[in-house]
Amino acid sequence: MRTDPIRVLVAKPGLDGHDRGAKVVAAALRDRGMEVVYTGLHQTPAQIAEAALQEDVDVVGLSIHSGAHMTLFPEIKRLLDANGMGDVLLVGGGIIPEEDAAQLEAQGFGKLFGPGSRTDEIADYIEAELERRPAK
Amino acid sequence: MDSAALIPAFRAGDRRALSRLLTYAERGDDAFPALYDELAPSRGHAMRLGITGPPGAGKSTFVSALVTARRNAGERVAVLAIDPTSPFTGGALLGDRIRMQEHVLDSGVFVRSMATRGSLGGLSRASLEASDLLDVFGFPHVVIETVGVGQVEHDIIEAADLVTVVLSPGAGDGVQALKAGLMEIADVFVINKADLPGADQVAVDLREMLALRSQRHGDEIPVVRCSSIDGEGLGEAIEAIDRRWHTLEHDGRLAARRHERSVVQVRRLVEQSLRERLFGSDEDLEQSLSSSDLARPYAACDMLLDRFDAQTSRSPASPTHKRNEPR
Repeated sequence: MRTDPIRVLVAKPGLDGHDRGAKVVAAALRDRGMEVVYTGLHQTPAQIAEAALQEDVDVVGLSIHSGAHMTLFPEIKRLLDANGMGDVLLVGGGIIPEEDAAQLEAQGFGKLFGPGSRTDEIADYIEAELERRPAK
Repeated sequence: MDSAALIPAFRAGDRRALSRLLTYAERGDDAFPALYDELAPSRGHAMRLGITGPPGAGKSTFVSALVTARRNAGERVAVLAIDPTSPFTGGALLGDRIRMQEHVLDSGVFVRSMATRGSLGGLSRASLEASDLLDVFGFPHVVIETVGVGQVEHDIIEAADLVTVVLSPGAGDGVQALKAGLMEIADVFVINKADLPGADQVAVDLREMLALRSQRHGDEIPVVRCSSIDGEGLGEAIEAIDRRWHTLEHDGRLAARRHERSVVQVRRLVEQSLRERLFGSDEDLEQSLSSSDLARPYAACDMLLDRFDAQTSRSPASPTHKRNEPR
């Protein structure tokens, strides 16, 4: 079992300016004992993938409300894979219709959390998912 | 990437390998000592600048402005940004990157955030090893930004070649400036937010304090006012840092500091290893002490040390840190 804290990058891709949700999740994960790198608003997929590499995180959490998730999320996944970071757990949240979520999960995304999700549910999911994966 | 491939990839300039080695340093991975000892002999090329100061003085903003200036001069920069770990949950919110966003896609810049993980001196446990890695990777500038500090957290002198203390107006009167500790470790003082009222007074207080001191040390500590947001005075601040660096380099103090840093590092490693050998975990220690032992703490201490001596005299010490076979 790992003894060092789980490292998470919380990022807001694209143009929407609503970071309340991202901040609430970041604080909840911190309170669960994780190290959360928060990058702020308006990130491009390339910026997110590069920050994930430099910080060597276990998890990338994306928050989006603009509706552009089907463009931005797969691009972030592609860049992470290209950076040799394909083993990172990718999770997301925001306004994401169920059929889109299913499609993203089929592409290798972890769980996508919609409105009303509990923060401890997100933390539990991350812990359980990382427990299953081989140590880096 | 497995650990055997890390060193060649690191030497070839692979940022992913650098990033993974920083993780190894931070978590005290079993593979780290051997990997680190292979790279450490090549350290000592970077200018390692420590940036410290009270919370909210504008350290991150100053660092970001500094990075821009170095990049404009065509020089590559690595930043190690340290934020506090919660003593209650062990978690941390690392937010220094927010102010570095403009540099993320610049391949001449590398930023790593670290949490203190229980270390109390303003740095994280592996800050020195991490900055060594950034140095050996080939960044000519390594900037180490501490957590917001008070008057006693000065571990930064154990990781940096020179230290800039960033202050801002409204942080206390002249008496604050006279206090020991943080105020004595500065190679350069930067009074940030110089656009705000009170910056002149801070500069006056500091210069008075330094005038009393420099008679003793015969050493000129520059005090520079700047505003990192609009760039006013930033050029002067960087010039002061660079001049100070050259002074330290030429009068031999840089070499002396680096030598002392290595000695302190070895001492810290010995202390860590000894602690692990002596106690194992806190639970092990608890189990080996009866309540009658606990009633007489000094006797309990002697008992444990005797037991440790008996153990070590029986068996030749086995190396704590795995070594790679010589090539």
